[in-house]
Amino acid sequence: MAAVTTSTERSLNKLAIVGVLIVTMIFLAPIYWIASTAFKPRNLATTIPPTVVFQPEISPFVKLFTKRSQLRTAPTPEQYAAAPWWERLVFDGGEKVVRSGRGEVQWSGYPSRFMNSLIVAITSTILAVGMGTFTAYGFSRFKIKGEQDLLFFILSTRMLPPVVVAIPMFLMYRAVGLNDTHWGLIILYTAFNLSFSVWLMKGFMDEIPKEYEEAALVDGYTRMEAFFKIVLPEAATGIAATAVFCFITAWNEYAFALIMTNRRAQTAPPFIPSQVGSGLPDWTVIAAGTFLFLLPVAIFTFLLRNHLLRGMSFGAIRK
Amino acid sequence: MATAVMTTLDPKSRSAARGMSDLTIRNLFIIPTIVFLIVFNIFPLIYSLGYSFTDFRASSPAAANFVGLQNYRELLNDPFIWSNFAITAKYVIVSVVGQVIVGFGVALLLNRDIPLKGLLTTLLLLPMMLSMAVVGLFWKLLYDPSFGIINYTLGLGSFEWLSNPDMALYAVAITDIWMWSPFVMLLSLAGLSAVPKHLYEAAAIDRAGSFYTFFRITLPLVAPILMIAIIFRTMEAFKTFDLAYILTSQPTTEVISIRLYKMAFQEWQTGRSCALAYIVLIMILAITNIYVKYLNKVKER
Repeated sequence: MAAVTTSTERSLNKLAIVGVLIVTMIFLAPIYWIASTAFKPRNLATTIPPTVVFQPEISPFVKLFTKRSQLRTAPTPEQYAAAPWWERLVFDGGEKVVRSGRGEVQWSGYPSRFMNSLIVAITSTILAVGMGTFTAYGFSRFKIKGEQDLLFFILSTRMLPPVVVAIPMFLMYRAVGLNDTHWGLIILYTAFNLSFSVWLMKGFMDEIPKEYEEAALVDGYTRMEAFFKIVLPEAATGIAATAVFCFITAWNEYAFALIMTNRRAQTAPPFIPSQVGSGLPDWTVIAAGTFLFLLPVAIFTFLLRNHLLRGMSFGAIRK
Repeated sequence: MATAVMTTLDPKSRSAARGMSDLTIRNLFIIPTIVFLIVFNIFPLIYSLGYSFTDFRASSPAAANFVGLQNYRELLNDPFIWSNFAITAKYVIVSVVGQVIVGFGVALLLNRDIPLKGLLTTLLLLPMMLSMAVVGLFWKLLYDPSFGIINYTLGLGSFEWLSNPDMALYAVAITDIWMWSPFVMLLSLAGLSAVPKHLYEAAAIDRAGSFYTFFRITLPLVAPILMIAIIFRTMEAFKTFDLAYILTSQPTTEVISIRLYKMAFQEWQTGRSCALAYIVLIMILAITNIYVKYLNKVKER
């Protein structure tokens, strides 16, 4: 920090390094525990002392995707030999895969919830970022009466507690049949992310020099052409970062999904806790579901790392 | 006006003659968003304002009766509702104070010459990006009295966290602190890195103690950004629903959002819950107003 590095300064630095490492380990411990539990055999998930070293297996993921029931009698050697490798993993855990009358493997609720999450998050992101980009350009380039008030209005719609908005939305959706549909959630998430996307994109738009478009206008471009051919390519990074933020928000959302969906359009966040239900939960399966669900966000966080500050402060604070 | 700017640029240019005028484009770009937000955010609120003056129950086919201000009067005189607000206030204080201490503390540690600083910072930021509901659920396993790693690591035996009425709210707050300290850390780091280096150098030349340097240079300069973090986290903690709802079902963790959820979707007191929603809404708008003022202040710097 200071220009003169004294020996106290150096030892303080060493202390800080040790401190940061310890804090990082503590902060990552729960995430590590999710990841490791997802690869444990069931009997090692809840041991005392906790099992840290083990032979990883993927049976939790097989169980995550299939419908299972308890084995009453052990499978015969022929049954066991005839079963595919992944089904044997389920046999080993004392369960069997449920099959339909025609012998088709029954899927668990997880894959469809995961798909619902993808559909809802991707569609609402495209809508929110699409509309948000246009609106942000409008706010950035044109004089608007009461601009600050309008921007405040746009932001305040995001600050409302989900349950407050959900009560009337539930009644309105029920009246028009949007409850438990993808579109119902997509509309809610679009509205929720739209305000964010306007605020964030406005920051990115403000950074693109006006002179670029003015030069294009002089060259005979229309304003629309200038927007599509000059501004949008310049804003590409900002659009991508905004889209990832919107995706993560929609992907993670719980309260609206809990209230507005129950089966057909249910996303993963309300589904994963509902698996705990009654009896002794199989934490390896929950961990496997959690792990798969968190993975995209973890990857996105690394891709976004240089935009996190900006995104989390609604574009107000930049480095 | 922007149109005026264009006319002065080149009144006879093709761009002015052909294509849409700037005014049309401005309206085309902005109005759909405003309309969308009005239809899906403001209209529902007007709708629920109407219901807040009725005894409507969404579970029964009976028509709503106008009851005037009765819902509001009863809610504001209901000691249970006030206790929900008190629980919420306690939760806000514990979790926000915890986040500021941990987040700002870690930021101070990170604001030095640390190898792999970028990687460590990103790793530390991971918790806040994850789904509260899904990760929160997993903390149930971590808090488990008999085989949770928290009790094991801290040597607490079979200490009850979530099923203990006195401890449950703190347990939820600890999870919230784990998730959101990174947010305070992120903003603090931005504030710390913006402090001009020459101030520290001048203080070092003046042989100022580190205590003095911290309170007279670091803290005042980071304060505005830290304030944004605090207001934002206060607002979010006030709205909290996911974590407390998933982790416990103790009456001592029934924050206002959970009460509202139960009133609306379990007891089906729709009219009354609309009134409570309005009371909460007014509080949130007040905090949002302060937040936006601070945001604009920091932006102008």
